Amino acid sequence: MACDKWDSLRGSRVPVIHIGTATCGAAAGALDVLESVRRTLNENRLEATVVQVGCIGPCYLEPLMDITMPGFPRVSYANVTPQMAGSIIERYLIKGDPSLELAVGHFGSNGNGDFDGLPRFFEMPMLKPQVRVVLRNCGFIDPEDIDHYLANDGYVGLAGALEKRPEDVIAEVKEAGLRGRGGAGFPTYRKWEICRSVPGTTKYMICNCSEGDPGAFMNRSLIESDPHCVLEGLLIAAYAIGANHGYVYINSDYALAIARLKKAASQMKEYGLLGENILDSGFSFDVTIKEGAGAFVCGEETALIGSIEGKRGMPRSRPPFPAISGLRGEPTIINNVETLGALPNIIRNGAAWYRQFGVQGNYGTKTFSLVGKIRRPGLIEVPLGIKLRQIIFEIGGGSQKRFKAVQTGGPSGGCLSEEYLDIPVEYESMTAAGSIMGSGGMIVMDEETCAVDLALYFLHFTQNESCGKCSPCRVGTHHMVDILEKIVRGQGQMDDLSKLQVLAETVARASLCGLGQTAPNPVLTTLRHFRSEFLQHVKEKHCSAAVCRELVEYDIDPVKCNGCHRCVSVCPTAAITGAKSELHKIDIYLCIKCRACYEICRFDPLAADAIVFRSRRSVL
Amino acid sequence: MSGNAYNDIFSAFKGDEGDLIAILLRIQEKFGYISEDAVKHTAQFLRLSENRIYGVASFYSKFRFTEPGTTSIKVCMGTACHVHGGKFLADAVGWKLGVSIGQVTEDRRFDFQRVNCLGCCALAPVVKVNDRVHARMMVIGLEEILSRRE
Repeated sequence: MACDKWDSLRGSRVPVIHIGTATCGAAAGALDVLESVRRTLNENRLEATVVQVGCIGPCYLEPLMDITMPGFPRVSYANVTPQMAGSIIERYLIKGDPSLELAVGHFGSNGNGDFDGLPRFFEMPMLKPQVRVVLRNCGFIDPEDIDHYLANDGYVGLAGALEKRPEDVIAEVKEAGLRGRGGAGFPTYRKWEICRSVPGTTKYMICNCSEGDPGAFMNRSLIESDPHCVLEGLLIAAYAIGANHGYVYINSDYALAIARLKKAASQMKEYGLLGENILDSGFSFDVTIKEGAGAFVCGEETALIGSIEGKRGMPRSRPPFPAISGLRGEPTIINNVETLGALPNIIRNGAAWYRQFGVQGNYGTKTFSLVGKIRRPGLIEVPLGIKLRQIIFEIGGGSQKRFKAVQTGGPSGGCLSEEYLDIPVEYESMTAAGSIMGSGGMIVMDEETCAVDLALYFLHFTQNESCGKCSPCRVGTHHMVDILEKIVRGQGQMDDLSKLQVLAETVARASLCGLGQTAPNPVLTTLRHFRSEFLQHVKEKHCSAAVCRELVEYDIDPVKCNGCHRCVSVCPTAAITGAKSELHKIDIYLCIKCRACYEICRFDPLAADAIVFRSRRSVL
Repeated sequence: MSGNAYNDIFSAFKGDEGDLIAILLRIQEKFGYISEDAVKHTAQFLRLSENRIYGVASFYSKFRFTEPGTTSIKVCMGTACHVHGGKFLADAVGWKLGVSIGQVTEDRRFDFQRVNCLGCCALAPVVKVNDRVHARMMVIGLEEILSRRE
């Protein structure tokens, strides 16, 4: 039945319009596009099926609208505005003109297909080096329709797993070499084996979608675009360890993801995929969606368990590990969203198939949110072992200004400079370089990003998010922030750098949980790879990226300024004065250096690009 | 606020300690913040001390204990937004409104908050005004959005 529904969509006699309306698409304006599409269809009395899909990956092309005319491959239009959407539909659906000048790619099977000069969507530079295992359905299926998932081999993995003994499922995952995608890279099977071997009948399986690190949205995107794939993985894992109850712990800010998970779970119940005796296998399982309330530390296993129990999310010392004594003292396994998302594919296609991706010891794929100062930001999935350089320059298209560094692993990770771009993306090599694989945040920095400022940013974050239980983390991060603040204000001394180093090493060694142990990483890696920038701040009171406020001054170029008055009206502190059509002046004592004037002077068509800011070197 | 409004929320729960965070989230969705009154009622319902409720609520950054303003402005402070100048944006807007992050304007019209990450990193810097996320924000653009609400 599900396949019929899918085939009728694929072989539809009416046009099918796909619009990506996940959170990021919506932020880019996809909902307005959707409304315009519906209005245009109504006004012209056109028959078409509109499918709201998740995120296909290249966020820089959002909002994306795809049209499939009967007998033709699907064509994708990027950066669609509501007006554009209306006119494309009128041109294509009424006049038969596919508006190729507005299209970015098609989803046909061969080169140019039926469209002259239009590349295949997956042949575009951003998508070509990628492989789609976990994200395979994202952007293709309606995430709120279980039939779409079923028609695309959904729950085949679960059915396959239920036919095996749990031990064999574990063996298959071992063979596939799957490691925890939350960042630590612990072999998934080993955790499972420990849990399975613990006697007792009550065990819990938890999906960790806390995703509290800033700059990361892979898990949210996956759940919004394909919730069933994560739930199928959860069931497979639960069956393997012998758990009959599961939780999805999810950030309460992910409203759409939560709604889709709940809908998916209720559809599963209807189809007998949740509840008693699933698929007549004798295996019973039910799942509860638990919302977190915004605490980064709750991504840590023991803190997460505390949060589910309704307590403050504070980590406890391990052992005992949750696999032995976790939620309510029972054996508990916590796996990341992406780890679970890989499972249906592994069981369905076999371990050998999965091992074709990646390299020895690091098999499979990893999703990253590639963002920051980069031309083609988005959600990507690459085989492990790929070079960082390939991700940043081939997939991401490099940065507009000169590339400076890439930050991986969020607040627990580090900054890698250009010389490290040829290391392969593997758990071990990333750690050796001083950073970590992390859950998948990848932030690109260019020459206009200050490494010291970014280190301070992350440390501010971890200091705020420190739960306060152990003093190395609570007090240590506070002192590190103090020192870094001194440095960015231009008040740093040379011995501050050595103090910072010693403090960072102490916090890393003495903290109770992963948050504190990794909190100094951004500082340690910047001290290691960008020491010259620290020295500039300390010795020359100079910030080469012109980010650190106290070291920057604003000025108006008297030759360029045309007196357009735009900056005067935008300045929040009335620091800029001058009559219209006359030269403007900045009062540096009132200026808060918020860049509002600079932005407007750059981007307003009337303005003359006259406002400049720079950081001078002061030689002592 | 009457106790009935709380009972409506409580009726969806069994009253286990594990429900605490979900209950607080529902209360905040309904009333906009966690009031002293809300803590009291929740304590009675779950048979926990008020201290305990407050301890949990204050641990999580999502919960607030003051009444929000009419229009909520949330400036994203995620990493991508940070490198794209999110903190400059926050400063400028804060000055314009005459408040710091976490405060409500005197006329109670604007509620100025920061969030750790809205997850729309590819569109940085972003600002969420009420339920709508605005992409690639500049001071002038945000001003315009806010002026439409005046």
